Amino acid sequence: MADVPDMDSIDLRVVLSARGLRRDFGGFVAVNDVDLDVHHARIHALIGPNGAGKTTVFNLLTKFLEPTSGRIELLGHDITRMPPAAVARMGLARSFQISAIFPHLTVLDNVRVALQRPGGLSTQFWRPLSALDRLTPRADELLDAVGLTDVRNKLAVDLSYGRKRVLEIATTLALDPKVLLLDEPMAGMGHEDVGTISDLIRSVARGRAVLMVEHNLSVVADLSDWITVMQRGKVLATGDYPTVAADERVKVAYMGMEEG
Amino acid sequence: MAETTLRNGRARSSSRLEQGLVVLGILALLAAPFFVYPILLMKMLCFALFACAFNLLLGYTGLLSFGHATFFGGAAYFCAHAVKVWGWPPEAGILLGVVGAAGLGLVMGFFAIRRQGIYFAMITLALAQMFYFFCVQAPFTHGEDGIQGVPRGFLFSLLDLNQPLNIYYFVLAVFLAGVFAIWRIVNSPFGMILRSIRENENRAVSLGYSVANYKLAAFVMSAALSGLAGAVKAIVFQFATLTDVTWQMSGEVILMTLLGGIGTMVGPIVGAGLVVGLENALATSGFPVMIATGVIFMACVLLFRRGIVGEIQARWNARRESRSGNKAHG
Repeated sequence: MADVPDMDSIDLRVVLSARGLRRDFGGFVAVNDVDLDVHHARIHALIGPNGAGKTTVFNLLTKFLEPTSGRIELLGHDITRMPPAAVARMGLARSFQISAIFPHLTVLDNVRVALQRPGGLSTQFWRPLSALDRLTPRADELLDAVGLTDVRNKLAVDLSYGRKRVLEIATTLALDPKVLLLDEPMAGMGHEDVGTISDLIRSVARGRAVLMVEHNLSVVADLSDWITVMQRGKVLATGDYPTVAADERVKVAYMGMEEG
Repeated sequence: MAETTLRNGRARSSSRLEQGLVVLGILALLAAPFFVYPILLMKMLCFALFACAFNLLLGYTGLLSFGHATFFGGAAYFCAHAVKVWGWPPEAGILLGVVGAAGLGLVMGFFAIRRQGIYFAMITLALAQMFYFFCVQAPFTHGEDGIQGVPRGFLFSLLDLNQPLNIYYFVLAVFLAGVFAIWRIVNSPFGMILRSIRENENRAVSLGYSVANYKLAAFVMSAALSGLAGAVKAIVFQFATLTDVTWQMSGEVILMTLLGGIGTMVGPIVGAGLVVGLENALATSGFPVMIATGVIFMACVLLFRRGIVGEIQARWNARRESRSGNKAHG
């Protein structure tokens, strides 16, 4: 964009890191000794065949699951034993595989719920709903940025699949997170929506770290600065797209070919 | 833009209609004691407030408690004991009932909110049964006899509550204040978070809300308002008995709320009025009340799950949608 490099875009500090992450379900090791570094202002894709443990890693990083062992740091703080809501308040926001919206609230209210937390506006049970009106301009700004202004008064449940996804991202952005974890943002998306969401993710990543699980490899190739490939609960390879794509083990994992 | 204006216009006209209905309802309640037996009306009002308080939890937070008799009946005991044995004035006795119910709600809520769905219901039921057996054994409740002959006394040492109209308007005032409090809580910034938790709990967590705290707060509020209803009932009927802490009472409030319409403001009031009215009508006929309420419950679940008020609202909205749709096309 500009000739002078933006400080944010060249700042590649690690904002979220995991060391030796492991999670057992009974006797089954879903995630085994995973190391992961997520950098500021970088789109990092987590890929791998079905059952590789990508979503489990997501749930561990966001603390929706407790790790069996290992250590997670967010912005230099140890969050390994923190509850998920506290981690969210520190600036780690996530989306879900199935669009996480509040179906019977309006689109505007969906975003305002996210804006409500700071300033104690979420515990006031004695004030009328109009107390939330001062959040409306910011909510409208966010809806405008993702192109949902025309449906702001509709119930979220009435939106199309793609627009629910967009609403979910807008709600997540309302938190102004430092790290954004997107679980299969393109899942079930029509061709025309993929472009919209890609642009949205790219613009969002300018000021923050993005980690996403994604199956659509052309999207991954197009969007990601960095890729981690997982298989059977372990990290198989990590690097930029050409490095990973050239990796023999990755080819085998994806094509299901025997070595040799 | 045009759509927004239309929607706002519709919302405004419907809220004016609602306001009109509320004013009409209050006028009817003001005039009612001149036409209907006041004791029956007061019983309806107490149960209506109880059902509304219960609905705050079930309808607006999505938590099905099977132990709300604890708060209703517990508050009745506290209030009756304070007024009869300690000689407290009625307003102080009622306040004690509310605080006591809130305390019981804090304990029960603390253990229950960590579980979801059927487990939540089972824990509340188990704790409520423990409280029931405590009430059977504890000396101050007088076991099977209950606390009888509670004096109504003078409200703020001014208003003689032994006068039928005085106590009726006092109960009506408490009922309206209680329902207003619930309406305010539901339509507040806090209520918005409760609704979002009901809609999608994981999403609320991922937005940074510690949902356990919000659920507990809602649980305590619901318990306190149920206690208000129970304490006032003790003053009205001048006794507190085991009936109000049994699991059947917890079931009855669920039936009232379900029948009237979960998650509607007026539904529980209608449901409570119908159930109490039905019990009153059947009391002299010798027909077992349990069979009648059981049949109603099944009909409700099978035929109109939204409840009476919920069903009317849904039909009304559907008709208006189709009419405005026709207008837009024609």
